[in-house]
Amino acid sequence: MSARTELLLAIADDELVLGWRDSEWTGIAPYLEEDVAFSSIAQNEIGHARALYELAAAELGTTADELAFDRRPEEYRCAPLVQLRRMEWARTIARHWLYETADEIRLDVLKASDDSAIAGIAAKIDREEAYHRMHAEMWIDRLLATDEGRTRLNEAVDELWPYALGVLDADLQGELRRRAEERLGRELPDVEPVSRGRHEAELRDLWEEMTIVRRSAPAGAQW
Amino acid sequence: MDTRSQEFLEYVQSGGQVETGDWMPDEYRSKLVKFIEMHGNSELMGVLPERDWILRAPTLQRKLALTAKIQDEVGHAQLIYRVVADLGKPRNACLDDLVSGKSKFHNVFHYPTKTWGDVGVIAWLVDAAAIVSQKALLKCSYAPYARIMKKICWEESFHILHGRDVILAMVTGTQEQFELVQEAVDRWWEPLMHFHGNQIPAEEDPMYVWRIKSQANEEARQQFLDGYVPQIRELGLEIPDPALRKDEETGQWHYTEPDWEKLRAVVTGHGPASQERIAFRRLSREDVAWVERVVLAEAA
Amino acid sequence: MIFEVFRQERKGQPFQHAGSFDAPDDRFAEIYAREQFGRRQESAALWLVPRAELREIDDFPDEFDLKYRRVDGYSIKTRLREARERAGTLVSDESA
Repeated sequence: MSARTELLLAIADDELVLGWRDSEWTGIAPYLEEDVAFSSIAQNEIGHARALYELAAAELGTTADELAFDRRPEEYRCAPLVQLRRMEWARTIARHWLYETADEIRLDVLKASDDSAIAGIAAKIDREEAYHRMHAEMWIDRLLATDEGRTRLNEAVDELWPYALGVLDADLQGELRRRAEERLGRELPDVEPVSRGRHEAELRDLWEEMTIVRRSAPAGAQW
Repeated sequence: MDTRSQEFLEYVQSGGQVETGDWMPDEYRSKLVKFIEMHGNSELMGVLPERDWILRAPTLQRKLALTAKIQDEVGHAQLIYRVVADLGKPRNACLDDLVSGKSKFHNVFHYPTKTWGDVGVIAWLVDAAAIVSQKALLKCSYAPYARIMKKICWEESFHILHGRDVILAMVTGTQEQFELVQEAVDRWWEPLMHFHGNQIPAEEDPMYVWRIKSQANEEARQQFLDGYVPQIRELGLEIPDPALRKDEETGQWHYTEPDWEKLRAVVTGHGPASQERIAFRRLSREDVAWVERVVLAEAA
Repeated sequence: MIFEVFRQERKGQPFQHAGSFDAPDDRFAEIYAREQFGRRQESAALWLVPRAELREIDDFPDEFDLKYRRVDGYSIKTRLREARERAGTLVSDESA
């Protein structure tokens, strides 16, 4: 597997798993208008994953669905941040914002890639994620505007911070710290990043559920 | 009935439309709120049987389509509760009544979903049954509701197509997949026959009298059978009612009389999944109650 | 706050009222309007207005029946027939 494919799969897996997690709020988000908006974000993320898998699939001679569903849990390359199951709104917003901030940094690098397919897809994803960032920023502002909101947000950020760092390669983590600290107006703890390669138990649970219907029919069955 | 109400009744019966600020008889307003609120409740509760399957959808395409379908339903709930709020009952009051069991939602959402076959059947047949009613609501005498029904009907048409596509993939797949669909049809047939309500004649149905509904229950059911029995049978699927047949002379479908007592029990909270679903709604609402508090606070 | 949404189906078409929703402020309102009324690219454009900013007018009195400003205030049939008769241009089966 080329370095290019590894990279594509890592980002695709991030988007797939985060999109899967975010889609879990569809129907039960804090209120209806937000439910509709957040569901679009989840769908966009799955859409990004699909586009990235398709690029990787072309190289590997397989299909996007096979890459998304038919690998073993240990083979997924997503960051631990997205693997966590946190059906709590402050943590969901914190993760959303932290991930989007990290992803923006990552996409800036990819948009400048010599590989035109990668640069192209990074630009498309970035254009769509501008709306995600708008949404995240809006929530951060709103949470920071009240004592209760700020407390809940900060607790959530502190919990997720080591995982957020782990989304990025070491050389980009400093930039994430700089942006997050500026935004929150405080220093964030000095911690060991929880890096890619580690598989949380929750990922296995997700995989079991995600593949339960698919595994019920022989490989290649149509759905 | 007083003169003013009588005039109003004649007005709506001859096709007159009512807007939010218009005078309306108390009975009309209360029937309207009850009807529309139940619709909103149904969209919201309808999400629950389906959303588990978002997480289990077997392809990326199906996952996206199912998420989008449920998102639409949430959007419908939002539009519908907004209409109810403008009639004087705020959304939170509606949600309070929903989770306390005081208000109702449609029978079909009181049942469990067991397999991916259910996902197809719900999107195809349950949504089809719903769209028969919803198309009739385009003529509702209360204009704000009739207007939102346009968007709702437009979006439901994609749901039915998605549902049918899911079913077609399975009935042309493995034998096990075919059987999954048949088994789902077997389980959902009774709720589908209940869906449009009992055979109360239009003139005795207050909802029709006030032209909130523009068609009788039985008319809706006949329309559904006319449209969908052939679609079901042409796939080689069987319908679990030996008495179901169309009278070629009258054009009427004959069927085994549904158990109306059972329908009543289901919609009053005694369906197989009623309490579990209501409890789930109540808990998830409690979990996020703080968000409204924070979000609606005066901006600093 | 309640916001009203007007949507334009296609460029050149009028904006029509599409519905309303609740949002904490303008920023949330923009996102929610976009998603609720435009996520399928089904609208060419949206207008968003806080309900409090909208004023409705729904009474239009016409005490003295000033029909001269409207097409139905004119009945030219009789005079037209007379003019045609005088000019000899009346066609026999004409009724107007």
